[in-house]
Amino acid sequence: MTASAASPIILRTTGVSKMFGNFVALNNISAEFERGVITSIIGPNGAGKSTYFNVLSGAFRPTTGKVEFEGRDVSNLSQHRFAHLGIAKSFQITNIFPHLTVHENVRVALQALVSRYDIWRARSTLPGLTERADELLALVGLKDRRARRARDLAHGEQRALEIGMALAADPRLLLLDEPTAGMSPEETRIMMDLIVRLAGERTVILVEHKMKLVMGISHRVLVLHHGELLAQGTPAEVRQNEQVKRVYLGQREH
Amino acid sequence: MIDIAPTIATSSSKSYGWFDLAMRHRVLLASIFVLIFPFVMPFTALAVNILIYGLYALGFNLLFGYLGLLSFGHAALFGTGAYLCGIAIVHFGLPWYAAIAVGVLSALVMATLIGSLAIRTRGIYFAMVTMALAQCVYYLFYQAVDWTGGENGLRGINVRTINLFGLQFDFINPLVRYYVVASFVILAFFVLSRILASPFGAVIEAVRENEARARASGYNVIATRLITFVLSGGFCGLAGALSALHLSIVPIESLHYETSGTAVMMTLLGGMGTFFGPFVGAAVFLLLENLVSLWTVHWQLIVGAVFVVCVLFFPEGIWGTILKRIKP
Repeated sequence: MTASAASPIILRTTGVSKMFGNFVALNNISAEFERGVITSIIGPNGAGKSTYFNVLSGAFRPTTGKVEFEGRDVSNLSQHRFAHLGIAKSFQITNIFPHLTVHENVRVALQALVSRYDIWRARSTLPGLTERADELLALVGLKDRRARRARDLAHGEQRALEIGMALAADPRLLLLDEPTAGMSPEETRIMMDLIVRLAGERTVILVEHKMKLVMGISHRVLVLHHGELLAQGTPAEVRQNEQVKRVYLGQREH
Repeated sequence: MIDIAPTIATSSSKSYGWFDLAMRHRVLLASIFVLIFPFVMPFTALAVNILIYGLYALGFNLLFGYLGLLSFGHAALFGTGAYLCGIAIVHFGLPWYAAIAVGVLSALVMATLIGSLAIRTRGIYFAMVTMALAQCVYYLFYQAVDWTGGENGLRGINVRTINLFGLQFDFINPLVRYYVVASFVILAFFVLSRILASPFGAVIEAVRENEARARASGYNVIATRLITFVLSGGFCGLAGALSALHLSIVPIESLHYETSGTAVMMTLLGGMGTFFGPFVGAAVFLLLENLVSLWTVHWQLIVGAVFVVCVLFFPEGIWGTILKRIKP
């Protein structure tokens, strides 16, 4: 591991703003994310959570400011490069390869790290992919679904599959955008357990609309409101924050 | 849309039915079919035409069926292959095999040019940009009369004998001609099957299924599209080169947008995203054209009606529907 990889800060945004035309979606957000913990980004609807997430995951380039991953400026990097750096993400809307089997979904995600342009050898001869895909499926609890078409899975299972695919790159940083959106309470509980288990070995940044849900599992919480960083700290600190109370009280906690 | 997954079994399922077995040996089966094909056709020249257009549609299908990009400019790739093969023979006196190589290489270069310009657009815009660029190529060849013969087409591609390993074959003999073309088509089956079963074949599937996910997984979607476009161009260029040898002339129509449309029709008719579908589509299309035009000059009306019925009631195409029905 390099010196930067051992630093306690894995991701840093400095003065990040994002404009869509004249609309300021994010205004001058500077924040640091600690290695090895779960950090949640919360805020009411339209707070800029998803925009911030998209900047962190490379889907949007910040209008001003920069994003540094392990000391390296990644603000202007193409999105497909992120997986190779060690950053993986899951989407807010379920994003899988619907007609491939569950196993093939994870396998093709794994393959991105070893072979992308080989048009000649048989893909079945790539070593280790099949086994590694099975390990990941076991980790996210989909082992007995491996031969099913991905689109035939239940919603919660598809979200779990997505996380399995995100883990394929063995990321040091895992970005999850509303991983429990649209889930039943039972599915939500399973997903939360999974996230806590994953956070043991890697850094997790989580965007979530439901404040209550993440308070229990997060080490740090960032609160966004109207595109600005309203507060940050431990869940207890954030809960006591007067401004946060005012923002969330208006619309009741979900 | 594409339910007949072109996936080579990668999971370690133990029991292979006859269907999976047939899928795994699709190159062999398709080759056997091609070898006996001329004997079930009314005349051999038609069989050669079907082979050539089947190969053209096969290349088009790699981009359209497997990657999901609709090009309306594949005539430029077919035509470039045909013209450059012809020019190599007429103006430079190259032997037939070198001329084919020149045709394929030029089509690859042309595909790289057109692809680089068009590949950042998608959907209808991609179709329009490829079509516009193909029209540019059309006028380029149309104007270069000294090289291409302009509107009269490039004439005088006379290949009478095929020399191979010291053996001489009479290329005027229709059956010999058929098997020369067939050997290239079988080679193309083999190469296409390798591509589809390769790691890159998995990337093609991933990009077709979900671009955003493929990108997030670490695949360069633009590069994948461009490489697929160029590979597709290689097959179409080979088809063009073979057509130049077969017809002894390259008509300017081979660059016309109607030729681009033919590939779309044949692929949809046979079944997009299936290995053998484009070939079936080409066979049905050309058979209809040849048989119906025997009793009416309005053969296009009948072909058009069959096409509409197919698209409406068999959206998976003729071969795609058959595969779906017989799949256990």
